[in-house]
Amino acid sequence: MADLAPAASRAILSRRRGFPVPSENAVAGILVALLCVFLLISIALPLYALLSKSFQNASGEFVGLRNFAAYFANPILVDSLFNSLFIASLSTIIVIPLAFTYAYALTRTCMPAKALFYALALLPLFAPSLMSALSLVYIFGNQGFLRWMLMGNSIYGPIGIVIAQVTYTFPHAVLILVTALGLSDGRLYEVANALGTSKTRIFRTVTLPGAQYGLISATFVVFTLVITDFGIPKVIGGQYNVLATDVYRAVVGQQNFEMGAVVGMILLVPAVIAFGVDRIVNRRQVALLSARAVPYQPGPNRRRDIGFVIYCLVVAVLVAAALGVAVWASFIRYWPYNLSLTTANYNFPRFDPNGWGPYFTSLKLAVLASVIGTTVIFTGAYIIEKTKAFPFARGFAHFLAMMPVAVPGLVLGLGYVFFFNAPWNPLNIFYATLTILVVNTITHFFTVSHITALTALKQIDREFEAVSASLKVPFWNTFRRVTVPICLPSILDIAVYLFINAMTTVSAVIFLYGAQTKLASISIVHMDEAGFIAAAAAMATMIVATSVGVKILHILLDRYVLARFQFWRRK
Amino acid sequence: MSGTKTAGDKQPFLQIEHMTKRFGQFTALDRISLQIERGEFVCFLGPSGCGKTTLLRAIAGLDLQDEGRVTMDGRDVSFAPPSARDFGIVFQSYALFPNLTVSANVGYGLVNQRWSKSRIKERVTELLALVGLPDQGDKYPVQLSGGQQQRVALARALATSPGLLLLDEPLSALDARVRLRLREQIRDLQRDLGVTTIMVTHDQEEALTMADRIVVMNHGVIEQIGTPIEVYATPATAFVADFVGTMSFFEGTLQSSRKLKVAGIDLACSDDRGLAAGTKVTVGLRPEEVRVRDVTADTPNRVAVYIDDLEFMGAFCRARLLTVSGDVPILADFSVNLMRDMAVSVGKHLTVALPEQSLHVFATPIDELTTEEAA
Repeated sequence: MADLAPAASRAILSRRRGFPVPSENAVAGILVALLCVFLLISIALPLYALLSKSFQNASGEFVGLRNFAAYFANPILVDSLFNSLFIASLSTIIVIPLAFTYAYALTRTCMPAKALFYALALLPLFAPSLMSALSLVYIFGNQGFLRWMLMGNSIYGPIGIVIAQVTYTFPHAVLILVTALGLSDGRLYEVANALGTSKTRIFRTVTLPGAQYGLISATFVVFTLVITDFGIPKVIGGQYNVLATDVYRAVVGQQNFEMGAVVGMILLVPAVIAFGVDRIVNRRQVALLSARAVPYQPGPNRRRDIGFVIYCLVVAVLVAAALGVAVWASFIRYWPYNLSLTTANYNFPRFDPNGWGPYFTSLKLAVLASVIGTTVIFTGAYIIEKTKAFPFARGFAHFLAMMPVAVPGLVLGLGYVFFFNAPWNPLNIFYATLTILVVNTITHFFTVSHITALTALKQIDREFEAVSASLKVPFWNTFRRVTVPICLPSILDIAVYLFINAMTTVSAVIFLYGAQTKLASISIVHMDEAGFIAAAAAMATMIVATSVGVKILHILLDRYVLARFQFWRRK
Repeated sequence: MSGTKTAGDKQPFLQIEHMTKRFGQFTALDRISLQIERGEFVCFLGPSGCGKTTLLRAIAGLDLQDEGRVTMDGRDVSFAPPSARDFGIVFQSYALFPNLTVSANVGYGLVNQRWSKSRIKERVTELLALVGLPDQGDKYPVQLSGGQQQRVALARALATSPGLLLLDEPLSALDARVRLRLREQIRDLQRDLGVTTIMVTHDQEEALTMADRIVVMNHGVIEQIGTPIEVYATPATAFVADFVGTMSFFEGTLQSSRKLKVAGIDLACSDDRGLAAGTKVTVGLRPEEVRVRDVTADTPNRVAVYIDDLEFMGAFCRARLLTVSGDVPILADFSVNLMRDMAVSVGKHLTVALPEQSLHVFATPIDELTTEEAA
């Protein structure tokens, strides 16, 4: 060993032993503790505040189920419950077959321009939910050019809500179903064909069972999205009350926090069920496909392919129109009398005392949520997945990180009102500040980002940390030099996901903004309320343009810039 | 360090005492005690799930044991974190950092020791030459073959001149041919550097060819510790006999001291493990020990057999013999030469000798022996 180990290195080694470097376990422990504290404050305690509030009266005394009893004794409120269930069921029944056929076309046919059709279907993800409602107002509203199609019915009410919800939830369903239909074993189809099975029987016995978990999952996700969405019924609901608008009215209008808490609890039910079902379904879905499965490769079939192209074209045009009409209308001088183009509707100071302020506040929020959120979530996922110390604390942090997905934005916002606005809470200095909006947004979209990060981290060799430890390199050096560079594409995915959702979200932040921190999406609600629909459409257009712009930037960055830094992946 | 070094030379380099590790109900290590001398090459050998990797990871401090002590070079490191122990490690998956060049991988641990850039460069060049990969420093791991990647991993583990080198199934992911070459290379390197080395493997051939001493493990306990020759020639337990090399087993009874009876045939054995007369035992015999040539009337342990089955193995044939009295199955390896000279074919009757020093007696009942797949 003598020739290989210069005496100096030995000396360095022993000197290093003399002065212990900061203990890795201590650093990991502090980071886990910080993550737990963050998640406790940002999700667990607000939820607890909501829970306890629903069992208390206005002066904070425990009253058991009295609030719930009062709720169910009020026929108007119970009507809203049934309205919500009706809207959510109807929207789900419409959107699932629509999305399934679309996803089928994308995965199981040889139709051309699949990538374009996929992108078009996902377009509503880049807009606030209420944007399609604004379009509907232009198309079918009192001044709408297709109003005659409603045969005397008003778009303001269940018809409008359902159409807008279908547009809003369509991309969510397509995403899930494309994944489900994409996980298929081509061999099963070959066997079925070899046995001379008819096309319809193959569909019934192979395709549908293979996609059943995706269908179940999509059904619950859509139902939950609809029942907890606030923007659409606010804009186009008219006199038709649903749970989400009830909460808003109870809390913001009447300061009736107890009733708001009760409705919040009711809204939590479908979301928690959806969460549970999704977890079970996910586990089964993976088990369904063995490692030896060969993906299904569709063969060309002219008649079928043309049929699906026509179908997708119709659906994609409708989806695009649901956003596009609002964009178009935002440039119209005076709908429907003067259709000449103008940018006057973008002169926001005319319509909203805050002018362009909300847009820039939104932008600031999106950047902060994206940068801070990505840092917290990815580092947290790393500590949870890759370090060894404090297994209980890491498990607890993971449990907390999985919670937000089961909590609709509206409910989370309510929880924040009850927790951060409480007079006893020293944290109430943050109420209505940008800080709380950032924390709320990060938390609202925590779980999906957390899972993305975990998935990326699980793909890395699990011995990297062991090797580093043997070389006496602390884990944070390996995190910086190896883990982050390898995971850069996923880190960027998380950052963009957080940015876009921060731009478009309405439901949670509607309770939390202050005079100085009004967001673009909230400004849309206000301008629509004040009757400035064109200005509302203009603000919505700004949001979509920004989100889509960021997404395009992301794709370019991913393809051209990141690729150059990932040269080590190429042989 | 000079003070501890003199003491260290008298003591074993690595001492493990009563090490126990449980995963829930499952006991992965059951009071393992073991000593490893300075400069030794030791293999932990056993089937999957026997605890060999758990033991290695406990020595490294990657997964701490529940009970027991680890002393390394005179220092108690039982509960020290990995970075406070002095070892380099190589994994089956290589675990090379894919975004760093070969040089950066090898120098990874040196950067942290605040060496100057030129010294690190010098050392990395030296190490790459040592593992036979000079001029490959600027490549990325993905551009190298599996065998080359594993050599880079070896260079990285040796870079900081650790006192102990740990190899966790380093050759299992490689092609058979590469594996043979690398086996030799690792062995030579270890001898040249004199670094105390522990290798985990499930491949008995690997262990037999590379190790100074083999630690055979099963179900979380050590079955035998010994040199390759000891382990092969005098297996301590039926498990070792079965796992290392091939052995045919048959039932017998101990008649008196060193006298066996197998299906009515009297046989002498050189070691009866001090078992009492009348004990039912399992007798083991390696196929290559069955003697066919020069068996005369006064050769001891003569047995009349006939050939039940012949399996062509390439360089030799493995015959399944049945004793004429009692149809006891015995495996025997016949060279191609012998096959020709004796005109061996299925059904042929032969008289063979079972050398008494080759008959291994075990107290384990024969039906408790499971010929486990060495995977």
